[in-house]
Amino acid sequence: MSALIDNFDLFARAFGVTLWVSLASGILAFVWGLLLAAFRVSPVGPLRTFGAAYVNVVRNTPLTLMFVFLVSAAPSLLGLTVPLGQPMAILALTLYTATFVCEAIRSGINSVGVGQAEAARSVGLTFVQTLSHVVLPQAFRSVLPPMINVYIAHIKNSSVAAGFAVTELVAIANRLSNGNPGDVIGIFAGVGLGYLVITVPLSVTAERLEARVAVAR
Amino acid sequence: MSDKQQVLYDVPGPKAVRRDKVYTVVFTLAFVGLIAGLVYGAAQRGIFDDRWNVLWAGDRGFTGLDVWRRLLWDGLVLGTLKAVAIAVPVVVVLALVLTIARQAPTRGVRWVAYGFTHVFRGIPVLLLMYFGVLALNLDPLWAVVLGLVVYNTAVVAEILRAGIAALPKGQKEAGLSIGLSPLATMLRIQLPQAVRIMMPALISQIVVLLKDTSLGFIIAYVELLTVTKNLYNFFGNTSIVPIVFASAVIYITVNMLVARLATAIEARLRRTSPVAAAEPEAVGAAGPH
Repeated sequence: MSALIDNFDLFARAFGVTLWVSLASGILAFVWGLLLAAFRVSPVGPLRTFGAAYVNVVRNTPLTLMFVFLVSAAPSLLGLTVPLGQPMAILALTLYTATFVCEAIRSGINSVGVGQAEAARSVGLTFVQTLSHVVLPQAFRSVLPPMINVYIAHIKNSSVAAGFAVTELVAIANRLSNGNPGDVIGIFAGVGLGYLVITVPLSVTAERLEARVAVAR
Repeated sequence: MSDKQQVLYDVPGPKAVRRDKVYTVVFTLAFVGLIAGLVYGAAQRGIFDDRWNVLWAGDRGFTGLDVWRRLLWDGLVLGTLKAVAIAVPVVVVLALVLTIARQAPTRGVRWVAYGFTHVFRGIPVLLLMYFGVLALNLDPLWAVVLGLVVYNTAVVAEILRAGIAALPKGQKEAGLSIGLSPLATMLRIQLPQAVRIMMPALISQIVVLLKDTSLGFIIAYVELLTVTKNLYNFFGNTSIVPIVFASAVIYITVNMLVARLATAIEARLRRTSPVAAAEPEAVGAAGPH
């Protein structure tokens, strides 16, 4: 642990990077995921096809491959050169997590009673109004616990960026361990704690909410 | 599921049918245009020249067959699938032990099990793999397996716990009342049913595990992604797109096959087991009754 305390400024900065990368890509992934979910339930065929194709391809691809793709193939294939480091990490995580956000929202939409949507339609609400005023607010409740789990995985996935030139928590664990071979266990315990500080409150919240949603049914 | 989604909008009348047709045409054109634009741009950068030859004719003394053998045999089978094949049985055994421990009559055992699940669900798999390499001096293979096993044990135990919670209470009571010990009730009555209900979730977890083997790329374990990188480094810049493409196709195909297995099993369960057919909604929300 002493190596970690000596280099506390590095550790704190790395913690900040993990938080920032997770937060920035988390927000973008939510927006993109919500849009994809809307695509997947929309009345317009091509949008549904696009949504389904995107989700199925990206969800079945490892995140590491997404990074490798952006590093190596994207510049010549798409003419898209993303700066290595945080911008690339944020883009890769956004594209990846959005698919899980989309699926969580979609299963939430499916869990809302048929009568709700029927009632909304029968008072003359349009598709967009039905979704935004009636279905989504109710879906939100049952979506929340799985969504929290998606974001826990998302925060941990931000560690993949360590392999692609982002100095976040795992990268700093690696670097400090190489400099202080005697203190490896302490360093890893400290960095692990850094993640748990973020993820355990989330997973406990998810568990509580799950119990509450189940009772409310 | 599809009829459920249709509830979101009216069965279209003549006007809506016309409008939807217009939207369909507009968006189809938009997507076709987008794809055409991307293809045109890619063609300008010479993507469709003879670089794809590397996948069937080969290059630099490699035949196309050699390239695929590297990808499929050295990468997929001896790298990715080997780690999966070692990790999965270990995960199954440890997760069963952990699930039983979480229902143990002794409070201390329950707490240790609870702590293990929460701690290791909250730590990145990559951190565990690095720990294996740097602190335990493991080979990359065993470091990968360590990371996969520790994380997935926690997750699978959690899935099984949700499965047990979703069983009707009478199952446990019946077991205890005919004189089985709590452990025997767990092993012979609750767990078999829980495993059955949660089978789709368990198989989906294999997809997660399979994808996580690619983290081995970062800690220098030779798996599909490492082979991919070695290949395009060997063949040079022009080979990047074809080889990364081939590798992505392999990952997506394997994962979709596993996912399809999950769907097939789910459909079969729905046909054969009344319990499973009645429960999936509750299981989906992982709600204890």
